[in-house]
Amino acid sequence: MADKNSNKYTLIYASVLVVIVAVLLAFAAIQLGPYQEQNVKLEKMQDILSSIGVESEAKEAEKLFNEYSQEQIVLNNKGEVAKTDVKAFDIDLKKEQDKTKNGKDDERLFPMYIFNKDGEKYYIIPVRGKGLWGPIWGYVALEGDMNTVYGTSFDHKGETPGLGAEINTAEFQQQFVGKTIFDETGNFVSVRVIKGGASPNDLHGVDAISGGTVTSNGVTEMLQSTLKNYIPYFKSNSQLKDTPIANQ
Amino acid sequence: MSTETVKTPVKIKVSEPLFSPKNKKLITDPLNDSNPITVQILGICSALAVTVKMEPSIVMALAVVVVCAFSNLVISLIRNSIPNRIRIIVQLTVVAALVILVDEVLQAFVYDVSKQLSVFVGLIITNCIIMGRLEAFAMASKPWPAFLDGIGNGLGYGLILVIVSAVRELFGSGQLMGFQVVPESFYKMGYFNNGLAILPPMALIVVGVIIWIQRSRNTKLIETN
Repeated sequence: MADKNSNKYTLIYASVLVVIVAVLLAFAAIQLGPYQEQNVKLEKMQDILSSIGVESEAKEAEKLFNEYSQEQIVLNNKGEVAKTDVKAFDIDLKKEQDKTKNGKDDERLFPMYIFNKDGEKYYIIPVRGKGLWGPIWGYVALEGDMNTVYGTSFDHKGETPGLGAEINTAEFQQQFVGKTIFDETGNFVSVRVIKGGASPNDLHGVDAISGGTVTSNGVTEMLQSTLKNYIPYFKSNSQLKDTPIANQ
Repeated sequence: MSTETVKTPVKIKVSEPLFSPKNKKLITDPLNDSNPITVQILGICSALAVTVKMEPSIVMALAVVVVCAFSNLVISLIRNSIPNRIRIIVQLTVVAALVILVDEVLQAFVYDVSKQLSVFVGLIITNCIIMGRLEAFAMASKPWPAFLDGIGNGLGYGLILVIVSAVRELFGSGQLMGFQVVPESFYKMGYFNNGLAILPPMALIVVGVIIWIQRSRNTKLIETN
């Protein structure tokens, strides 16, 4: 047995250890992958349901999702239904946003969920953006007028607990209920998360999180840049003739 | 010249029974007299962070028991082959690999709890208790005692976590394990959930009180400078 403190032994030992650990972890990741993906899928359904105020446990999520879901459409960047076999649920927002970065903006796909709750129609739009430490994402549910926010649900990968991480609490998300994304003259203004607090009758602003400014700004930017892609669809589909968008 | 054969006494190796008193102490000592948090003062950071509610604390404690026990076992098994210069790195590699495995399993089978624990599971790698026991015990012990020591220290850590989280959840949210314990009528009479209880400093205060009670009952633990 070679001297265990010699350079050669040390190097070989380290290399063998690393290879064994790598194989072990790769094996575990592959075996556990399907279970983890299923969990992520159910969580997505729970989050979408949560944006229209339907809270659910993981085991009933799929059933409830299918119950409330009326239509799941994929739009192109002109607001028309895209010619693609890709299903709305399977669209990875990160990949779509990367398409714009790589100059392939016209190939971008925009998913939209049309849900039916208690006889009312709701348009649920997935959003994604950048927080302080990593990505943030969520779902914005608009009422039939495609203007008023019915509900939201947000989540994040690794924002600071107690600060930016608060975006996934009901308290933060409830603020958006009743806000509108178009102003009276039909201009798209989105909803801003305002540091220092929004004034109570501001229809386009909510309070930011103290100590979570970067994350809050990330939410503002996320809503602004994602929702504006759906304006063409809103314009051509707004059924209520007197809505701000239709008059634009 | 007479040939004298010197008889050297033959040492018959009696292997220690699996759960001999000495081995049992490895599990029971860290629960009280050598508790990693209150006596060895290790692993405080995660004790503050995850003890807001009981359920994540219990899962965290289980994760630490598993990582501590198995990393102790693995390091003890290979302790004679580790080159001295990369000793700490090898220990770290083993701990990190185990923690990643635990994280993957949590994400696969108890997804909502793993989300509550979020980054803190990864931070088990930096938990002083684990590295502390590896250096202080596993590197110089046989595999089975090392494994038991890992379980014992993990359980000692878990015990404190459960106590702290029970106090914090009870006073901070009026619940225990998610079940409402403080009745509605109390709130109507003007009772408030204690906001300080859900902040980290409360965990320090509770740990301090536990240390106080422990050392009052066992004066041998009081340090004399």
